[in-house]
Amino acid sequence: MEPVLNRRDVVAELLSNRGEAAAIVGLGACVWDAAASGDHPLNFGLWGAMGGAVPMGLGLALAQPRRRIYVITGDGEMLMGLGSLATVIVKRPHNLAIAVIDNEKYGETGMQRTHTAYGVDLSSVALGMGFSVARQVNHSEELRASLKTWQESSGPVFLNIKVKADPLPLVLPPRNGVYLRDRFVKALKSND
Amino acid sequence: MSDSGEHVLVDWPIAVYEELTSLEVSQVSFVPDAGLTQLINLCNADPAIHTIPLTSEEEGIALSAGAWLGGVRSAVLMQSSGVGNIVNMLSLSRTCRFPLFILVTMRGESGEVNEWQVPMGKGAPTILDVSGVNVRRAEKEDQVARLVGQAARTAFTCGKREAVLISQSVIGVKSFNK
Repeated sequence: MEPVLNRRDVVAELLSNRGEAAAIVGLGACVWDAAASGDHPLNFGLWGAMGGAVPMGLGLALAQPRRRIYVITGDGEMLMGLGSLATVIVKRPHNLAIAVIDNEKYGETGMQRTHTAYGVDLSSVALGMGFSVARQVNHSEELRASLKTWQESSGPVFLNIKVKADPLPLVLPPRNGVYLRDRFVKALKSND
Repeated sequence: MSDSGEHVLVDWPIAVYEELTSLEVSQVSFVPDAGLTQLINLCNADPAIHTIPLTSEEEGIALSAGAWLGGVRSAVLMQSSGVGNIVNMLSLSRTCRFPLFILVTMRGESGEVNEWQVPMGKGAPTILDVSGVNVRRAEKEDQVARLVGQAARTAFTCGKREAVLISQSVIGVKSFNK
């Protein structure tokens, strides 16, 4: 089945009507997608640290239990940190929602196929790990039907969203780590 | 650990636990090591501390960064072999100047009988150093808590990356009944 969803539209949907939610965005195209939907002080985009998006989101979710915490990352980044899904299950943070934007490619390194292109099914992995909700999203109707789950369901929530692998223009957010860190902390304190 | 492989209760884990709680550390993540057992048990018994077992030590580095973003102090515990698993993730702490406190129990030092532990026992301090983590070594039991207090305080108040390495002379040697 050929993917039909556009990743920019998907990430814009995931970040719409976010309220006070904070987002950790994993290395690569997801960071450009989040920037394209509008730079936000409570988006922390990783320009490295591959495999770190989920455990960083876990630390934040445990520290901020009353706030919804999103992790938005790619299939390659998620594959490098699969063990962190098991670590999430030890703590079962109710406020953590993870979305993998799965184009079955390493997009930043020449569009090489990732393991999901060979049949690895990340939503089944998450289900087996013990996520409260773990589902694959293929179509816009399924995405719309999953948005309330993404925003509100008791977690941990895991969505694997299949998207087209089309090349898209780069939209770059700030990449100075200290700046990203300081503005995130300031924004968090201002609406605590 | 005694020569017979039995756990003998010692004092330094209690003193380290007290240092960490006095600094309001409330997330403690780890890949376990025999030498960390008592400290992990103390943290597990404290309802004010989230203890988080990791599948790989690098998760703890990212977890600590996320905790700090959320206003919470974290400590990451590991055996010397785990230092090899955290190298790239340390670029997150370093690039963004996240405070980081790591406690490492050493294997592969004098008296080691498992040759497989020797490479990381030898490499851990250098690897941490070149990765931008300041290293303090506790060679005697009565140094451990003091060094932990100093290192953790510097990490959290000055925004530094600090590690305390607890020597095998403090932890003891896993004997494998040899």
